[in-house]
Amino acid sequence: MNKMQIPDDVCAPQPKFSLRRVFALMLRHLYVLRRSWPRLLELAYWPMIQMILWGFMTKFFMGHSTWVAEAAGVLISAVLLWDVLFRANLGVSLPFIEEMWSRNLAQLFVSPLRDSELITSLILMSLVRTLISVTPAAFLAMPFYDVWVFELGLPLLAFFTNLLIFGTVIGITVSALILRYGLGAESLCWLGIFLLAPVSAIYYPVDILPGWLQVVALALPSAHTFEGMRGVLFDGVFAWDHFFWAVGSNAVLLTLAVLFFLHMMKMARVKGLLMQQGE
Amino acid sequence: MPLRFSKVSQPHGWFIRPVIEVSNLYKSFNGVQAVNGISFVIKAGSTVALLGGNGAGKTTTISMLLGLLSPTKGEVKVLGARMPDERHKVLGCMNFSSPYVDLPKRLKVWENLTIYAHLYGIRDVKGRIAELVEDLELGAFLKRPFGDLSAGQKTRVALAKSLLNAPKLMLMDEPTASLDPDTGDWVRGYLERYRERTGATILLASHNMAEVERLADQVLMMREGKIVDQGSPTDLIHRHGRDNLEQVFLDIARGTSADQGPQDGSQEGVGA
Repeated sequence: MNKMQIPDDVCAPQPKFSLRRVFALMLRHLYVLRRSWPRLLELAYWPMIQMILWGFMTKFFMGHSTWVAEAAGVLISAVLLWDVLFRANLGVSLPFIEEMWSRNLAQLFVSPLRDSELITSLILMSLVRTLISVTPAAFLAMPFYDVWVFELGLPLLAFFTNLLIFGTVIGITVSALILRYGLGAESLCWLGIFLLAPVSAIYYPVDILPGWLQVVALALPSAHTFEGMRGVLFDGVFAWDHFFWAVGSNAVLLTLAVLFFLHMMKMARVKGLLMQQGE
Repeated sequence: MPLRFSKVSQPHGWFIRPVIEVSNLYKSFNGVQAVNGISFVIKAGSTVALLGGNGAGKTTTISMLLGLLSPTKGEVKVLGARMPDERHKVLGCMNFSSPYVDLPKRLKVWENLTIYAHLYGIRDVKGRIAELVEDLELGAFLKRPFGDLSAGQKTRVALAKSLLNAPKLMLMDEPTASLDPDTGDWVRGYLERYRERTGATILLASHNMAEVERLADQVLMMREGKIVDQGSPTDLIHRHGRDNLEQVFLDIARGTSADQGPQDGSQEGVGA
């Protein structure tokens, strides 16, 4: 008991944005991942299964579809990039609902943690989880199907980044809805992203969609990204127009998603949701 | 609201403003009035108990003091900051403990403490955790997952988390709920020593009247969202003509009391 002195600087002003607090929240999820091999395996498992499945389909279509035969990697690259989008979404929403499952939200929000730091940590965790998920699948495609997705070069980085950001946009939106409507809405983590899959034109060009759906598709960064990917694979051309559309719509949607999340945080304070969360 | 200055029971004998100022506070949920126009002031260095039956409005009041909940009407100031809008000015020098709010169960005790030490910006994380491990006797289960601990061990870890930043203000929701008498007594003793050494202010909600009699300088009695009486435990017992605080509590909770002192709306300061 001889050390119970309150330091003079205990109430010193805290920085408005602290990387250390962002790091602390990431550490919370990294500790769990580091010790849990089933979780790590589960992260990599589904993308690898998807890769194996679509790899064999590609082999089959090579002999039966001139479209696939023109660019052998089109389906495998699509499945890999779809997993980037899917995992980036889960990379935000799962760590968030994990705080709700463990009834830890109130503890976090009585600490100096700011909403902006929470969002930043979720986005960075999404990057970490996505890389853990898709990297083994990307390497798997080479020995099994002779497809080296990294041949896409710098455009691959552009596609990856745009889909990662769009995935986090969906993840932030879903997290905000789960905060508002509780854990009963947790299946939105998985359902929300699949709602966008048909209009993201992952495995087919946008122009096969009905006219009105094409308008919806071209408002999304994902459709522009997959169109851009096909441009590189079929024509060897990086479509700058699709790239800029993807970047622009991502910027708008990310801003809206963050504002929506902050609004829901405010609502949670009005409705008393931060104290009530948990299983 | 005018500022109140009072000498506090700190070794330094400073004159400082009240730690908590609540003025005409209301909170309703879907038309249900959870807190109904309460006002009180808590002076630095005091231990104040918030008492009342289930649904009296204690947890709602504490949530507003912590900035977790926005008032429907009225004002809450903690360490001079308006809650919840200015919460980031003061959250670093206060803390909270409740058996109803968990820490991540899969994380080991030291991992939980490390994360919160970083969140509170503690300079010497390892050193501070080592001090608390020694003080709160956490060594035997430091490397075990939080979810595997007994209720008593969890309470000690939660207490360690709430002491990481050596808070000037501690808010505690039923700090000894579901603990055996020995562990409960140990926690109460620790809180007494902590306040004595640091001059920290403690606000606790409790259903344990013996605990309140032992720890609290002042009591705020709540019923149906209002403060229906307040005073020191001795004053309340004397004024109600009862033998102990539990009988006073039952009188007030059942509305059978002959004497109910200061009613809601009072802004009389409470504390040492």
